[in-house]
Amino acid sequence: MAVANVSTHGASAHDHHDDHEHSDNFITKYIFSTDHKMIGKQFLVTGIVWALIGGFLSILFRLQLGFPDMDMTFLKPILGGWIDESGALDTNFYLALVTMHGTIMVFFVLTAGLSGTFSNYLIPLQIGARDMASGFMNMLSYWLFFIAGILMFISLFIETGPAGGGWVIYPPLSALEQAIPGSGLGMTLWLVAMVFFIASQLMGGINYISTVINLRTKGMSFSRLPLTIWSFFLTAIIGLLSFPVLFSAALLLVFDRSFGTSFYLSDIYIGGEALPNTGGSAVLFQHLFWFLGHPEVYIVLLPALGITSEVIATNSRKPIFGYKAMILSMLGITVLSFVVWAHHMFVSGMNPFLGSIFMFLTLIIAVPSAVKVFNYLTTLWRGNLIFTPAMLFSIGLVSFFISGGLTGIFLGNSAVDIQLHDTYFVVAHFHLVMGSASFFGLMAGIYHWFPKMFGRMMDAKLGYIHFWLTFVGVYMVFFPMHYIGIAGFPRRYYSWTNFNFADMYTDLNMFVSVAAIITFGAQFIFLFNFFYSMYKGRKASLNPWRSNTLEWTTPLEPGHGNWPGEIPTVYRWPYDYSKPGAKEDFIPQTVPLSSTPESNLPHEAEQVKLEREIMAEEGSDILVANESKES
Amino acid sequence: MGFLIALGVLLLVSIIWMVYRIQTLVSVVKGSEKKVATGSNKVNAALFLLFLIGSGVLMFWYSIKEFDTYHLPIASEHGVVTDNLFWVTMAVTGIVFIITHILLFWFSYRYQYKEENTAAFYPDNNKLEILWTLVPAAVLTVLVVSGWKAWSDITAPAPENAHVIEVMGYQFAWEFRYPGKDKQLGNYDYRLINPTNSRGIDFTDKNALDDFPAQKVVIPVGEPVLFKIRSRDVLHSVFAPHMRLKMDAVPGMPTRFWFVPTKTTAQMRAELKDDEFVYEIACTEVCGGGHFSMRREIEVVEPEEYQKWFAEQKTFVEMDPALIADAPSEIKELAQIESAE
Repeated sequence: MAVANVSTHGASAHDHHDDHEHSDNFITKYIFSTDHKMIGKQFLVTGIVWALIGGFLSILFRLQLGFPDMDMTFLKPILGGWIDESGALDTNFYLALVTMHGTIMVFFVLTAGLSGTFSNYLIPLQIGARDMASGFMNMLSYWLFFIAGILMFISLFIETGPAGGGWVIYPPLSALEQAIPGSGLGMTLWLVAMVFFIASQLMGGINYISTVINLRTKGMSFSRLPLTIWSFFLTAIIGLLSFPVLFSAALLLVFDRSFGTSFYLSDIYIGGEALPNTGGSAVLFQHLFWFLGHPEVYIVLLPALGITSEVIATNSRKPIFGYKAMILSMLGITVLSFVVWAHHMFVSGMNPFLGSIFMFLTLIIAVPSAVKVFNYLTTLWRGNLIFTPAMLFSIGLVSFFISGGLTGIFLGNSAVDIQLHDTYFVVAHFHLVMGSASFFGLMAGIYHWFPKMFGRMMDAKLGYIHFWLTFVGVYMVFFPMHYIGIAGFPRRYYSWTNFNFADMYTDLNMFVSVAAIITFGAQFIFLFNFFYSMYKGRKASLNPWRSNTLEWTTPLEPGHGNWPGEIPTVYRWPYDYSKPGAKEDFIPQTVPLSSTPESNLPHEAEQVKLEREIMAEEGSDILVANESKES
Repeated sequence: MGFLIALGVLLLVSIIWMVYRIQTLVSVVKGSEKKVATGSNKVNAALFLLFLIGSGVLMFWYSIKEFDTYHLPIASEHGVVTDNLFWVTMAVTGIVFIITHILLFWFSYRYQYKEENTAAFYPDNNKLEILWTLVPAAVLTVLVVSGWKAWSDITAPAPENAHVIEVMGYQFAWEFRYPGKDKQLGNYDYRLINPTNSRGIDFTDKNALDDFPAQKVVIPVGEPVLFKIRSRDVLHSVFAPHMRLKMDAVPGMPTRFWFVPTKTTAQMRAELKDDEFVYEIACTEVCGGGHFSMRREIEVVEPEEYQKWFAEQKTFVEMDPALIADAPSEIKELAQIESAE
């Protein structure tokens, strides 16, 4: 455990931040802010807005699926021409709804909204830094995301409709305007928006990585980082390595669409004419797309798992079980996430031998995931559990992670996948393991760090109601989909009544739709709680969850620069909860081991000695939270 | 309608508001915000237990009651193998699912906050970590190896004697082509596609002369069948749910899937006591507005019946002699000989 040799950079180099803090006006404080905390909040609020839009789109197509004969004329005021004379939803627009729901939820909500919010907000606060490595780039990251959002939003309202080829935008469908109206201007806007989005992700990612590597406070070695930071760090690495591949895939698609190249197009006869393109490969796009697409799953999931680790440990009043095993399994997931992509393509026509290889690699990644689950369970075991709303959402996350993760074992097995591929079984699988689990991570994070963000508490009871409605609701929506999927119902179907084998389960689909509407409705409880508490909530105490990590040593509403005085030094790992012998059931990271001889473990004696040596060297006294050295 | 919705929303919001205010005031009166854990802690803990029992019962009840509805009958040889794998995986993951969820919710209930309790300081145990790394790894290895065997068999080259049928997807239907007596499909080129030659068959290739189209796939029971799959425009995917068959149709890259049907349509009708039953083909790769309507039928018949049907079919050229109008004279002669037979 290296305590030594961590330089004192942060403390002195950033002191000037304090000086210009008071000169903030509205624009520099709330709009073009370079403060990581404000940027985090910007990502959060934007993410919430997108979540509402994405959720609303899903309600629209759930209406179609649950009540296929419904007269949707009442939606005319919003959907206009997409509802025909007889009150039926347009089939192309149905696909556009599905596509935009996927795009918005995966990229704008669970990538930008989750990782953007908490990486920005928590990294400097939990590692003890004044701000991100580059505040300006951080600001740029948000505003590029904002531009991406504007473009995507505009595409919802154009005459030919938004992109409609599924969120995976497989060409040739996405390349040819003749194939589906959404592949016209809608697809162009989608691609341009995603280019901005990718740029935003890269700027964010570079910042997160360099901040974690360079700006850790004194004593904050990698082996003392909270698991949240580990997860954000690894997420950023995954994003940095995989998003450029999506960029290249999108760029080649732009060439095919607009400049007559044939990267993905070959031997196509459509709209009464044979296209000149030959030699391209539609499967090439799938390889490029999923090279991002699969790591993307972990980009949305890892931060949620990191947040959960922190919340579960804090509210179990127990150290997270297997801190090192947790880090190792996250590292394992990070590496393996890059070599499993083709399991989305078992029946795409790629070489079956490749299928066998990817089946082996895919099922290996289940092992670190299993380790994480067992570690969570052991953390709960013999704890003293306090069910804050954040804790409830974290337990819910573990449940979804198990349920959705286990169905991955079916889909990762290429022989079993033949039947299940592109059925509702897949829909159920990824909505649980990636969608709902990450969403619950986002919620856990909001409930847990709200007091730090806004200095006030969210209402716990409303949080409980929100949790139970959402938790039960999510299972009611996605669990029945397993049955529908085993029965072979293909996904992205406007209706199933054309087929004898799928002409059933109207009752179950209706049930799912009603459950979806209730679950969506329950989110308004959260919205109220969120915005009301921001202004009228009970004032928070400095460390309301009695947590160990550094962010709780800042003032109630930290200014730009986070700590008014010197940045506190870190003397221990973040999970000293209920340590035998200690007075309280938590010991913050800023408390030196030398001041807690009553609770030190035998192997920590060594570190105490080291700690003393360093202090003697620097001639400084022990600094505890919120104390500043008079100079 | 809009007014009613607005009224409903207003009502809902005001109810939530009142409940919220009342409970805030109550909690202030009780002074509960100063406590580490309030009575809600007990309620939440109990709800986890209730959820475990309630949803567990519901899951078992529905899974057993509805088994025949969601379990599609199997009609191909490899389908038996993959379905077995599916149910073995279901058993293994089912056990893990149940055990982990019992632990998760039981721990949540059992170890709920009590003032007099202290949590155990139990930061790590390497033996446990190794145990639950190796056990899942071993179980997964067994699943992978059996899956790999099945996958290799399914994707192995089709037997020599397989009946070849070309399946071509386009927006929004499938077209089928049989190779005729010579068992050889004629060449095709997408540039040759026109209203009378929707598949772009090259009729200067003599193998194409006896090729014939079919409205539905007719195949003999118990004999290997090879689908040669291609697409004319965008991606499609051939899905025959009862055959446990799925393969994408890719423009510019022909794909294939072979299988052995095990039950005739008539046998399946008798088994299911459903006179309407037919095997179906659907599309499972999103391909545009009509994606959900790409339905075709498969009819599985006895081999003798298949031979009879096969001999009765009219070739493309017989149906439309104009197709070979531009072909070289030796092709025309060949076509005449064939139709005379």
